[in-house]
Amino acid sequence: MKFLAVCSSGLGSSFMTHLNIEKALKELGVTGIEVDHTDLGSADAGSADAVFVGRDIAEAAQHLGDVVVLDSLIDMNEIRTKVADAATRHGIEVPS
Amino acid sequence: VNGVLSVLLDVFRQPSIIVALIALIGLAIQRKSASDVFKGTVRTLVGFLVLAAGAGVVSGSLSPFGQMFEHAFNVQGVVPNNEAIVGQVLVEYGSAAALIFFFGMIVNVALAATTQFKYIYLSGHVAFYMAAMIAVIFGVAGFATWQVILWGSIAQGIVMTMSPAIVQPFMRKVTGTDDVALGHTGGAGIALSGVVATLTRSKRKPSRSTEDIAFPSGLGFLRDTTVIVALSMGVIYVVVALFAGPDYIQSELSNGQTYLLFAIMQAATFSAGVFIILAGVRVVLAEIVPAFKGISERLVKDAKPALDVPITFTFAPNAVLIGFLSSFAGGIVGMVVMALSGTAIIIPGIVAHFMTGAASGVIGNGAGGRRGAVLGAFTNGLAITFLPLLLLPVLGNVGLSNSTFSDADFGVVGLVLGHVSSAGGQTAVVIALVVSLVLVYGSSVLMRNRAKRRSALADQAPAEQETASVR
Repeated sequence: MKFLAVCSSGLGSSFMTHLNIEKALKELGVTGIEVDHTDLGSADAGSADAVFVGRDIAEAAQHLGDVVVLDSLIDMNEIRTKVADAATRHGIEVPS
Repeated sequence: VNGVLSVLLDVFRQPSIIVALIALIGLAIQRKSASDVFKGTVRTLVGFLVLAAGAGVVSGSLSPFGQMFEHAFNVQGVVPNNEAIVGQVLVEYGSAAALIFFFGMIVNVALAATTQFKYIYLSGHVAFYMAAMIAVIFGVAGFATWQVILWGSIAQGIVMTMSPAIVQPFMRKVTGTDDVALGHTGGAGIALSGVVATLTRSKRKPSRSTEDIAFPSGLGFLRDTTVIVALSMGVIYVVVALFAGPDYIQSELSNGQTYLLFAIMQAATFSAGVFIILAGVRVVLAEIVPAFKGISERLVKDAKPALDVPITFTFAPNAVLIGFLSSFAGGIVGMVVMALSGTAIIIPGIVAHFMTGAASGVIGNGAGGRRGAVLGAFTNGLAITFLPLLLLPVLGNVGLSNSTFSDADFGVVGLVLGHVSSAGGQTAVVIALVVSLVLVYGSSVLMRNRAKRRSALADQAPAEQETASVR
């Protein structure tokens, strides 16, 4: 199982989203999910089970499969909820 | 003993090894397992070499561009692109840059821990580029290596702490919180946009927000760096090739290949080089930034992460596009002015105009609506066109290459450090650093007192605090 954060250059905001997803997974008590980050050009539909992007690049990321659109990259509550949803969607149990 | 010493010196002259050691320290501090530490250290070493390889590809495509430009217009043509210039710089200044980057993080944490400026600069890529520029400027000034690293790290730490601070008043209006800051080398231009937007705001007839406009979609491809760099460079190379003419290109540069095809292939190669450099930077930072983040959170109470510009983009997607276009317009106007006045010509760098222009648009919109977004971003566009021009002389030989640092902070910091060091050498640099530190701590004390007064007032009248925090 792999979650991928994507932004246009794959350096700054996707990296922070990557670290926040890891933080959320830890807080949720979910293990066994690999997290990484990259740029739009390097990602493709098979790159990950779920791809997290900011809403500003949602349109450009449509082709990446299960795309999770974040309304804000700095709202930890939103990230936690959407990470939990994505994990459940891919058959991983989230301890509540 | 001398033999061992010279081998050691040889080892430490390899920037890839220095970066790998920094990663090793970062991983060890995070108490990673031995296999993770080993893996991460080797990955970083290889990542740096990937970066260096990308630099070769970029300069291979930039040098015929420079020749075409000179032949066509008789002046130097410069494309501001951070990845392109940093890649080339790191070959010569890599070790100093890596150490300034590393110790600069420590200075950043120390300043954040002891002042009111709680900003931790987590945009490692641009911090690394800033360290590279400082290494060049002090190197060109003729400082000894230890001086380059010592004074460079202090300067770097001050920049990392204060660049987010100057944007924060405007950032608060956009995000509605004081917990997150903007950490990007475009900071000075983005703050300038906020100032311009505030000054041009009309009290009687405030400009509406950009987000009330129904905007056409379909410009999503603008967000793919590889595509946009290849396309924009393709246009620039082809235009320059048309002016340089087929005779010159086919006889001197392309080895007989049709000149327009040659131009397009070189532009695509430029984008390929940037792609490689970005991949290398990503690998190098992957092990270092999490350690920095973890340590700063532990050592700095109420630390505010300063993050890359796209965090602002989600707050006002329309302002992103308006900001980019306005900033780019500023770049074009600046280029025309340079062409008419016969200086070297700064060609608008599309990535810089996109990243810092878009953020200027969002910040400008927050401070002054649509008018603020347009005028603020336009001013940023002018700034990131003229600042690189002024910066060229202080970069020594690096300034003669056909690429340069693009964002506003590079211009501001580079001009100050460059002129101070050429005017008064090391003494002047030390004085400048001391003065900056006094200013940082002085304004921190002022801020602390004001915060105290405000909370005292708020205790008396809770209603007042409400308006204060809204403002």
